[in-house]
Amino acid sequence: MDKVDVIIVGGGLAGLACAYELSNSGLTVIVLERGDFSGSKNVTGGRIYVSPLRQYLPDLWKEAPLERHVTKEILTLMGEHNSTTLELYSDRFNQEPYPSYTILRARFDRWLADLLSEKGVFVIPQKNVDGLIKEGERVIGVRTGEEEIGADCVIAADGILSFTAEMGGLRQPFKPEHFALGFKEVIQLDPKTIEDRFRLGENEGAAQLFVGSLTRGMTGGGFLYTNQESLSLGIVVGIQSLNRREPREEIYKLLDEFKERPEIKNLIKGGSTIEYSAHLITEGGIHIKPKVYGDGMLVIGDAAGLSLNMLVTVRGMEYAMASGVLAGRAIKRAKERNDFSASSLAYYEELLNNSFIIKEMDTFKNSLHIIENERLFSKYPQAISSLFEKVMGVDEKPKEGLYKTICKGLKKDFMNLQTFKDWLQFRKI
Amino acid sequence: MKITEKLALDAFKNDKDSHILLDQDICHACKERFCIYACPGNLYSLTEKGEMTVEFAGCLECGTCMIACIYGSVKWKYPKSGFGVQYRCG
Repeated sequence: MDKVDVIIVGGGLAGLACAYELSNSGLTVIVLERGDFSGSKNVTGGRIYVSPLRQYLPDLWKEAPLERHVTKEILTLMGEHNSTTLELYSDRFNQEPYPSYTILRARFDRWLADLLSEKGVFVIPQKNVDGLIKEGERVIGVRTGEEEIGADCVIAADGILSFTAEMGGLRQPFKPEHFALGFKEVIQLDPKTIEDRFRLGENEGAAQLFVGSLTRGMTGGGFLYTNQESLSLGIVVGIQSLNRREPREEIYKLLDEFKERPEIKNLIKGGSTIEYSAHLITEGGIHIKPKVYGDGMLVIGDAAGLSLNMLVTVRGMEYAMASGVLAGRAIKRAKERNDFSASSLAYYEELLNNSFIIKEMDTFKNSLHIIENERLFSKYPQAISSLFEKVMGVDEKPKEGLYKTICKGLKKDFMNLQTFKDWLQFRKI
Repeated sequence: MKITEKLALDAFKNDKDSHILLDQDICHACKERFCIYACPGNLYSLTEKGEMTVEFAGCLECGTCMIACIYGSVKWKYPKSGFGVQYRCG
């Protein structure tokens, strides 16, 4: 059996960041990627927050093929026939180093894999891992097709469904309440049109989130990100909520209905859809974080459940990359000691616990209960939009005073025990 | 735009064997048909004989059906090396 120092299963952001950390360390590292190239099986909304990553990967960002730096954060609350939009622009978002960028994974991951190849890391495409080779409890290699490859350490970086972590006994059983489905279209538009429609300067981007009637009472929301020459438009829905939906309707139709909304229709007019994709998102937060190390094995990124729904921001790619770097550090230390046992590799968890990843996941540990509250996705966006419409609108009847209108609206939809309880719960995040 | 037209935009390299296997005994006993409603590719349907089928060739490889089917009928693996969807944007 051929043997290397480290096998990384999965050439996505976590696996590639880990390989990056290990490059030039003298260790032999191979990355096994199941797609035709890194990124070909990956999907994001999406936007990546680079700020927390600069300390882990300082040199990566200048040349990286990211899309637009986000200068506008837009939140739209959707009623059935109306919507209210809040838009945030900040000079801070428009100053280098930029905090976040829109991103297309098939471009970015592929670039990073090519960069690693130049650094002497072997990123091998079209390689599924079919099994782990064990000696007692200890993982000593992987099986891919007919081939067996040995290693001191195997890293499960194979994403949210991580069959590698499962084979290593390091994954919790799947439950619908811990997952959401995200699906999107990439709609091609020329850069000038994108900049005009969203009132952006050159290379500037917008990130727009939508909550309310578009998800038909299900937990979740819509998203729209401006790429360099396209828009990523999609929807996220919790799977438990999807399973309980009444009356039943196929989920894919939701995106078509969303595209028909005037708020969206005018933004995508003249554009042509060039890709349709779907991916799962972990919503269990810290409650479903599996054990992330074993004898001869580590689990990183989505495979380790490292992602977080903070309601207005969804985090995952930063956690993937940072956890990859931390795993790399733990492996370098294990190599120095020539000890790849679970107790030696436990250092990775220690690094993880002291990082922004687990700190944030701990801070937002109650967000799962909040996002299970369907009123947040149906009642409140509708109520706010309707109240705003009453304040702004003029019809055939004499207009009532603004104060009276607002009081009436608040009394009708917000001054009740249920809203008070929701507020109390909301204070936990 | 029809869902089949959307799927036709994606690049697929299809294996002759399905990477998704269904347990028809479980499917027969199922009343909710979670898979039909949850699949973003609309790939699940019932045949005239009442058997559940899945058009694995258009699979976006999200795994939602496996999670949504709480009865455990969906045995889902990644397509074999080199097969399945190949995203160009992602």
